[in-house]
Amino acid sequence: MDKRGKKGWLYLLPAGLFLACFMVYPLIDVFIYSFEEGYNFASQTFFGVGWYNYSYVLHDPYFLQAVKNTFILVIFTVPISTGLSLLISAGLNSIRKLRDLFQTIYFLPYVTNTLAVGLVFMILFQKTPYSDGLVNMLLNWLGMSSVDFIDGPYWAKMFVLCFYTVWVVMPFKILILTGALASVDETYYNAARVDGTPGWRMFTRITLPMISPSLFYLIITGFIGAFKSYSDAVALFGTDLNAAEMNTIVGYVYDMLYGNSGGYPSYASAAAILLFAIVLTITCINLLVSRKHVYY
Amino acid sequence: MKIVVEHLTKKFPSRNKNVKEDVVAVSDFTFEIPDGKLIGLLGPSGCGKSTALNLLCGLLKPTEGRIYFGEEDVTDLPPEHRGVGMVFQNYALYPHMTVRQNIVFPLENRKGADRLSRAQMEEKALEAAKLVQIDHLMDRRPKELSGGQQQRVAIARALVKMPKVLLMDEPLSNLDARLRLQTREEIRRIQKETGITTVFVTHDQEEAMSISDQIVVMRDGVIQQIGRPQDVYDDPVNLFVAKFLGNPPINVFEGRIEGGRLLIGEEAVLSVKGLQDQPVWVGIRPEGFVLSETGALTCRLTEVEVMGRDITVVSTHPKSLNVEIRSIIDADHQESVGESQVRFHVKPHKVFLFHRETEERIDFDCDEQ
Repeated sequence: MDKRGKKGWLYLLPAGLFLACFMVYPLIDVFIYSFEEGYNFASQTFFGVGWYNYSYVLHDPYFLQAVKNTFILVIFTVPISTGLSLLISAGLNSIRKLRDLFQTIYFLPYVTNTLAVGLVFMILFQKTPYSDGLVNMLLNWLGMSSVDFIDGPYWAKMFVLCFYTVWVVMPFKILILTGALASVDETYYNAARVDGTPGWRMFTRITLPMISPSLFYLIITGFIGAFKSYSDAVALFGTDLNAAEMNTIVGYVYDMLYGNSGGYPSYASAAAILLFAIVLTITCINLLVSRKHVYY
Repeated sequence: MKIVVEHLTKKFPSRNKNVKEDVVAVSDFTFEIPDGKLIGLLGPSGCGKSTALNLLCGLLKPTEGRIYFGEEDVTDLPPEHRGVGMVFQNYALYPHMTVRQNIVFPLENRKGADRLSRAQMEEKALEAAKLVQIDHLMDRRPKELSGGQQQRVAIARALVKMPKVLLMDEPLSNLDARLRLQTREEIRRIQKETGITTVFVTHDQEEAMSISDQIVVMRDGVIQQIGRPQDVYDDPVNLFVAKFLGNPPINVFEGRIEGGRLLIGEEAVLSVKGLQDQPVWVGIRPEGFVLSETGALTCRLTEVEVMGRDITVVSTHPKSLNVEIRSIIDADHQESVGESQVRFHVKPHKVFLFHRETEERIDFDCDEQ
């Protein structure tokens, strides 16, 4: 190795050490835990090594419920939140007056606390013996019967969870997309206008490719974020998510570690590794797809 | 396509809140561009050239005045209905599309009866690419092209829809010196081959002079002079035009007219009959000097630059506005350069007089020599 190379590695060493201690080692540890059968936290002993933890988790109805919930959450919230953010950003970008005001308003949810907002959502959607809640009042006014969105049927609870997630993740996306849209050089649009390009074609053929790196970044992080969501569900339905049928994969991992049924680090590790595998697969697919559609 | 512009004016609202007055970028333009000619809009930066071009293009709406392409009034038409092609200063090539896709793009926008088949589009694109000699680069991205090649793609994209008028905003400013020479010849060739009326904007007088059929000299949004490049050079209407055209620039002296003689300092340089006694600016083109031991104008010699074909005598004079006077002399007359001073005769038709206040040209009779 030449001198320059040695120096380079030396500079990387501090960061490397930290990463090794706090990232790589725990990852490997989790991987090992997930194969240690019957691990006891107190005595730090286990019976054997094998696939039992995975088999248990994959046959656990709570885990399957959590996987189903997480996938529904991902499939609905990522496209909807990204699409809506794009729409709002394009709108923001095309107005001059009050743009700053609207930008601030749209960004406010980002700086508010998730749990506090969850409480507000709960009040809006919940139906109690004393009050129907604002949303149900609106439904009644439109001639529909009221539904308890917090303790009611599965689809209603899922709807609220998706609604809430979309609402929470949108500010950041709008922020990134308005920035990306504003950075597209005006002369491209002028050139397109001279050539008589219709508005929609301008958007799909010029705007979208130009902002595709930002858009792609948001889709990837959106997927990962939605797969890892947990606090949103807690904010709305409390900590006993299994009972509410609203658990997510991360919620399941948490429950296995610390919940009522807690004390099973091996099951938690297996579930975490499974989540890791899912996210990795999806991200790889995203990357493959993006190669065709993203222009840097 | 003939272009006629009548009383064209563009005002922008003032950005400065304390100043209510609008900024006038283009003021009362009236001129006519004959069909099939190459016109250079020339002026220092910030004089409203690009605004004028954008008005012709339709990207900006005029505050007042009309624009006609041929007999048609296009003032209120959007750019896409004017039949103009535009080459932008930074080319504005879509970076995510190949050269082919860039050139085809304008054709794909057509609708209804004008819509061409895919094969026809490809054919037209190839035709345009061949015209600017980039047909071997069709599948590259703009990033993979040199500046000159990008420029050609931009021209091809503007030409592919057979515009009635081609507009170019500083088409050469992003190219290096060598490429600039080459490309400006190329633009001339393409314009001649297609016969499309072309207007281009530049701040480089040499560029405008060398390829334009006509130049329009602008200053602060006002047209100063319109004419063939040589005519404008030989017969500038005011001091600004005289100073703006020519390289090396014209030499300007403080002078005065007294008793029918033109004086620079105390030396009578020319006899100018029939003019009132008054202070004037005297402009003398570099090629208007003749070395002579009996010359009327005495200058302090700085140095002599030998260029082979001719020499440049660099000198100073207390009444000169330029820091140094550059005079271009035939190399055969080198011997009469003195040690510390040089004396010149001046050629009367290379001398222009301008009013001291208005800077307008003062005509004088020079038949005497």
